[in-house]
Amino acid sequence: MTFIGNNAASNSHESLRNPYLPFPMRVERTFVETSDRMLKSFDLAFVDKVDEAAFRFRPGQFCEVSLFGKGEAPLGIASSPTEKPLLKFTVNRAGVVTRALHHLEEGDEVGIRGPLGNSYPVDRFQGKNVVIIGGGFAFTTLRSLVVFMLDHENRKKFKEITVIYGARAPGLLLYKEELAQWEKREDVNLYVTVDKGDEGWNGREGFVPTVVEEVGPSSENAYAVICGPPIMIKFTFPKLADLAFPRERIYTALERRMKCGMGKCGRCNIGPLYVCKDGPVFSYAQLEELPKDY
Amino acid sequence: MKKLPKEKVKPFVEKLLQDYEVLGPMETAGFASFGRIMSPGELKLNYQNSKKTPKEAFFPQWEVMFRYRSTGQSVEVKSAEDTGRRRILFGIRPCDIRAALLLDLVFDSLDFKDPYYINKRKGTIVVGLGCNHPASTCFCTSVNGGPFSREGADFFMTDLGDGYLVEVLSQKGRKLLRGFDGKEASEEDKERAKAIADSATRGISSVIEADGLMEKLEKLTEAPFWDFLHEKCLGCGICTYLCPTCHCFDMADEAFDLKGQRVRCWDSCLFPLFTLETSGHNPRPTGRERIRQRIMHKFNYFFYTHKAIACVGCGRCIIHCPVNLDIRRVIDDIHRE
Repeated sequence: MTFIGNNAASNSHESLRNPYLPFPMRVERTFVETSDRMLKSFDLAFVDKVDEAAFRFRPGQFCEVSLFGKGEAPLGIASSPTEKPLLKFTVNRAGVVTRALHHLEEGDEVGIRGPLGNSYPVDRFQGKNVVIIGGGFAFTTLRSLVVFMLDHENRKKFKEITVIYGARAPGLLLYKEELAQWEKREDVNLYVTVDKGDEGWNGREGFVPTVVEEVGPSSENAYAVICGPPIMIKFTFPKLADLAFPRERIYTALERRMKCGMGKCGRCNIGPLYVCKDGPVFSYAQLEELPKDY
Repeated sequence: MKKLPKEKVKPFVEKLLQDYEVLGPMETAGFASFGRIMSPGELKLNYQNSKKTPKEAFFPQWEVMFRYRSTGQSVEVKSAEDTGRRRILFGIRPCDIRAALLLDLVFDSLDFKDPYYINKRKGTIVVGLGCNHPASTCFCTSVNGGPFSREGADFFMTDLGDGYLVEVLSQKGRKLLRGFDGKEASEEDKERAKAIADSATRGISSVIEADGLMEKLEKLTEAPFWDFLHEKCLGCGICTYLCPTCHCFDMADEAFDLKGQRVRCWDSCLFPLFTLETSGHNPRPTGRERIRQRIMHKFNYFFYTHKAIACVGCGRCIIHCPVNLDIRRVIDDIHRE
């Protein structure tokens, strides 16, 4: 794929970088994550070294992924910056673009714009206990965050790391191989749960909010990050409040319909803040100040 | 200051046409609109204001962002940015110039630069035309504007009846004097221009109370006020399409076999599809949330981000709303809440 007049090869005398032009990435590996085949992961490699060098991101950021002729979709980056040069996206088959993305094979190319948005405040997490709570396929950027914090270089910067992750059924858990690896580690407390197990399942059963209550992570010197379906968040939030987590130390990431990803096209704002550029990561204290437009 | 007699306008514009693409007010389908002028005769300078706004010069209703062509495995992507165009936006009203200054804050912001907008904007010389007879719906003076505000103009003209008083306001504007065949304005001309401007400013009869509006709205986000306000709104979006500061857009791919293009076109916060997500969830599910978004964006959110109200008081939304949802009344009601 040759991209003419894109960011890397800009021939404009004004050297005004065009943030709307995607750069190319190649599919290195595809992997069906869930038994219902609705979630598929893609590991992408940079085609152009210049794009690779310019691409610096933090856990929680997202990209606009282009399939020419179909359009763009905003997707959270599921890999950690420590795993560069590959970028991972885990895609739920839902609309025109994601449906087409599911047809991609190894060697195919896609267009990428990004990284976009803010990120989880990993600097603020340093020296703190971090509780990560995820449900269903909202675990993608949480994977990025966990892998980042568990990285050999980074692990010592954080105190206790607790991960509570649930799905409706065992087959719907993402990143099963990695969950198994984290299970073996001493430096992360992992609690994986499913709403209802099957014959092959000998793990925990129960809804995420209940498990949060059972595990009862201390709010002392701790931050919580919570991503999942609205119903899970609705019932988990009171549990965190019971554990005395202040709203300023609970973070979540929001999703909205987006086009430009740069706060110009006007649709993803909640009050004066744009989910695409002021988010997608917000604290509960911030969200409380905003109209309930989400 | 110079004076351009009316009979010299034609040769002046003809000269400009040799060096520039000229966009000006012309009559289309019975109303004034901005379009590309090919001969001076097409200019219609005695208009009140255009129905559609001249923001299209910088932010067209529909434009190609890039084109792509696939040849089997490889895809070629080519940007469709404008470069090196020399244009004049001739005879634009001060309210619409102010709107461009507000759009600059969005498209030429520090964090992300929009090259499609910026290239068109930077390559354009703005020739303002004072507003001798503001309409009854005009309230520019309430929102930091005025019928003879020079803010943002490179070159400014005042209609004196027998000619135009001409002022050069920037280096860009100075370039236009090259084709200028007029004389120095007399003291009497200048005084007449001032009298015209004063009388026009006094003639603005509509007012909105901008002071304290931002703070007032801050407290109203969840007020029952919005439950009633949206009831008569049809959600047609005409106020957003004719608004000189509305800048929401959609992006879509248009594919023709192995080639295609990504385009952007205006979109409206009053449309349900604007925020509808693939899952079926819509964070702004009813007219209540949508009209709140429009009002709040203009008078609160934009102010929060850019320290300016995103309204220039042109009155287009008042004139063209099919159900007379009058922004002046809405703001009165907000203050009364």
